[in-house]
Amino acid sequence: MKLRSATQLASAALTLAALTFAAPATAADKIDPVADAKAFKKFFTDKFPKVKLEDFVNGPYSMDEGLHRQWEEKEQFPPYEFSLDMGKEMFTKPFKNGKTYEDCFPNKGIGIRQNYPYFDEKEGKVITLELALNRCREANGEPPISYVRDEMAALTAYMAFTSRGKPFDIKIPNDPRALEAYQRGKEYFYTRRGQLNFSCATCHVQSPGERIRAEVLAPALGIMNAMPIYRSEWSGMGTTSRRFTTCNSQIRGVPLNPQDDEYRDLEYYLSYVSNGLPISGPGARP
Amino acid sequence: MNTPRSALVSILLIASSVCAFAATEADYKAAYAAAEAANKEAAALRNQWTTTAATLAAAKKAADAGDFDAATASAREAEALAKASSFQATSEKERWKDMEIR
Repeated sequence: MKLRSATQLASAALTLAALTFAAPATAADKIDPVADAKAFKKFFTDKFPKVKLEDFVNGPYSMDEGLHRQWEEKEQFPPYEFSLDMGKEMFTKPFKNGKTYEDCFPNKGIGIRQNYPYFDEKEGKVITLELALNRCREANGEPPISYVRDEMAALTAYMAFTSRGKPFDIKIPNDPRALEAYQRGKEYFYTRRGQLNFSCATCHVQSPGERIRAEVLAPALGIMNAMPIYRSEWSGMGTTSRRFTTCNSQIRGVPLNPQDDEYRDLEYYLSYVSNGLPISGPGARP
Repeated sequence: MNTPRSALVSILLIASSVCAFAATEADYKAAYAAAEAANKEAAALRNQWTTTAATLAAAKKAADAGDFDAATASAREAEALAKASSFQATSEKERWKDMEIR
């Protein structure tokens, strides 16, 4: 009898132990974008208590007073101005069929940057602004343009400029595929890759404000709000696609193709967790 | 009695070490094929490293110049890099959660 009781007790203890360990794993694996975004903002505001929430969109320029002054001076004669002019011209110039980009977007494409990327329930995938622009071209008989070159940067710069100050408003519809896309984006963000074994978070969560060689690393919070950006290091404009692919190659990982699903999901995740912060693009970076 | 035996051992050791370092074209081809296969596996995991591609290119360049020792060594290094990138991709399937802001 004693043996039987001891066996039952041991078995109950084992079951309890299994449940104790299993419970947190289930909670941790639950996809909860609202809780994620809240924790994300708290992490950065706790880490940088002097930085106002809306200032995180200025990346490294929000990290200390000296850099902030540099940014204010830079904004007097912004280096992305030429790109804005080019973008506006491209945006309004009719295609060969007489239509323009305006015909492809809600509100004729003005003041809508804060709603991209969005999850397309028909297609079951994330649609970024860059992708939507190229789809617009193709739908109107024009060849797509490079995702990493000046023309795409100019178009997105112009569209971002018309949305300046509007808070990011990325929606995750009640569709399990949208949640999965969000989760895949989160996984990509935290996954170490490349021979240097870095994840996006290694630089932009663990080390914002610190230097990596001559650069001051930007915080991940608000990082998408400033896209596209003029980078002094590039001596030119860079799109979101250019930023993602370059980050990958800098850590000695072979970049994926621009607008591959992984990058679209990553943009979806990063934009969502910055919901509420204002669009500041086009931005300028050292 | 011991002297001839140790001389024989020395000769055998030298001979075997010469064999180990003098790679042939066949050795290179086998090492290169293995490296390419490992790199394809990394590609399937969407996690190739730029250094694998660079080391494979170095192996090919050395082989084209007829230096099969260097070519084989580079190919073996490329295989090790490719396997490391696959290991990284597999281990990160769960490990990424350790870094997550909660």
